[in-house]
Amino acid sequence: MSKQYQHSVSLEVEKCKGCTTCLKRCPTEAIRIRDGHAVIQSDRCIDCGECIRVCPYKAKKAIHDDLACLSRFKYKVALPPPSLYGQFDRLDNIGYILQGLKELGFDDVFEVACAAELVSAYTRQYIKRSDVKKPVISSACPTITRMISMNYPYLCENIMPILPPVDIAAYLAREKAKREHPELTDEDIGIVFISPCPSKVSYVKNDFSAERNYIDAVVSMRDVYFALLDVMKKQEEPFETTASGLIGIGWATTGGESTAVFNDRYLAADGIENCIRVLDQLDQTEEADMGGLEFVELNACSSGCVGGAMTVANPYIAKAKLHTLKRYLPVSPNQPASEWIPDEFFFKSSIEYNPYIRLSPDRSEAFRMMSEIESIREGLPNIDCGSCGAPTCMAFAEDIVKGETTADECTVILKKMFHEYLEEHKDRAVNEKRRPLSPTSNASDEPNEGGTNA
Amino acid sequence: MNEPIRFHFDVDGENFSSAGEASVTVKKRLRQLGYPPDVIRKVSVAMYEGEINMVIHAHGGEADIEVGKSEIVIILRDKGPGIANVDLAMQEGYSTARDNIRALGFGAGMGLPNMKKYTDSMHIDTEVGVGTTITMKVLL
Repeated sequence: MSKQYQHSVSLEVEKCKGCTTCLKRCPTEAIRIRDGHAVIQSDRCIDCGECIRVCPYKAKKAIHDDLACLSRFKYKVALPPPSLYGQFDRLDNIGYILQGLKELGFDDVFEVACAAELVSAYTRQYIKRSDVKKPVISSACPTITRMISMNYPYLCENIMPILPPVDIAAYLAREKAKREHPELTDEDIGIVFISPCPSKVSYVKNDFSAERNYIDAVVSMRDVYFALLDVMKKQEEPFETTASGLIGIGWATTGGESTAVFNDRYLAADGIENCIRVLDQLDQTEEADMGGLEFVELNACSSGCVGGAMTVANPYIAKAKLHTLKRYLPVSPNQPASEWIPDEFFFKSSIEYNPYIRLSPDRSEAFRMMSEIESIREGLPNIDCGSCGAPTCMAFAEDIVKGETTADECTVILKKMFHEYLEEHKDRAVNEKRRPLSPTSNASDEPNEGGTNA
Repeated sequence: MNEPIRFHFDVDGENFSSAGEASVTVKKRLRQLGYPPDVIRKVSVAMYEGEINMVIHAHGGEADIEVGKSEIVIILRDKGPGIANVDLAMQEGYSTARDNIRALGFGAGMGLPNMKKYTDSMHIDTEVGVGTTITMKVLL
């Protein structure tokens, strides 16, 4: 993770008006307005997609592979997550989607929900181990994992070391392809994830999970949704059937992963702001005071993955649709072959604290900078208006000390200075006028003075 | 190292939902200064417990944090009822919190013991009817 982190949120500069909407909503203060448009600070961005959702000018875009990328591979496998199933109106059978994906050119489809059921089984096993730090925090949402690695050093160890369902699905899909088609090389096979969010795109691009990424391309759920609409219309009763159960599909919405742990000592939260509050509290609470909490599921998006920034349907509507779709499915048809969790299903390394926030690697220098920040902040209006291009006065003070901006960007201070200048100037103008004019004519001078005052 | 850095916070006694905000801010500052996770953990648990105590028992108060060369000093001042029996208050599980506060998950009687546990020294200066000042130090 030492190399430059690649993000999946980008900005179309021409569309950005430099308004402060995204600036104020970014949970990690990663955005600044510079030269009239937003700039995302790469080391702070967690790819949560909030800025994409709130931008009134649609200037923020998620970066992902487009469907044309399929042609790169000889044998293509689609990985649809359960959140995809909740996107369609009047859909009563998941088989239509699976079949539609094949019509779009995929040679095989491997449902992420099936792998999710395996992860649920592994989680149940993992939290029973006596050597794990409680509460165990789900590793499924990459935005949360990145957030923890950046801001919650103490909680890094709590993250479950087992890979999220998408990676395990990718691994199994590749194994299956190789088994069924021994003539294929690794390069021939393209494992393509249909992502509901930009976060999963970054996750794959940065090889976060494994030595060799199991996923080859990540396409947007929105793109796939529209492509599927065209092919799904023509179909009769589908010949494909879903292999996932209630538990796997439950992972698409908050609480699904937790309830599948079969242990009521869990906490499930969604929405990045709520997640931050939960993490803050976990971070500063003594273990004994956590009420025996065993498992924590945090989803950066409202309602969970159905709320991702690359989905189509409203998350609550998608959730309701999923309820209907999973109604008559078996509970969990996918079970691990044995108790042993394969090595390939673990993260390649543990999540490490990344102190991006540190002002300087040198403590004395950091101290000096902090003192300066505090003294600058005292002189700022502390109204967090955002006009300077920083989300808060505190962030502005930090930017000044880091040399990224200058104090005169503060419009409140500038306005005050301008008024002082005007006051001073008015007096001077009056004095200057009085001196040369007073010996000759007082009368003509008076109305002028009144005029400037008004 | 330079002069110690001081942070001051007013802890709002009326608002349970904002309780703990000062410790979140301090935590961030310590990360910015590059302190190791275990030091940050100690300061934030001790301060959080103290902050919650001030909200529960004393209608809020003030928190002053001094980050110095060899230690971090946390001073929590309130004008609350004071602690009648400090030894009793230091016992794990002892609490005078009202039921409505316990219902919020606070008042488990672990506040002061945890503060002591997570800091290298703790001094309680209290007078019934006048208020309490708690000074905690985390050595670096």
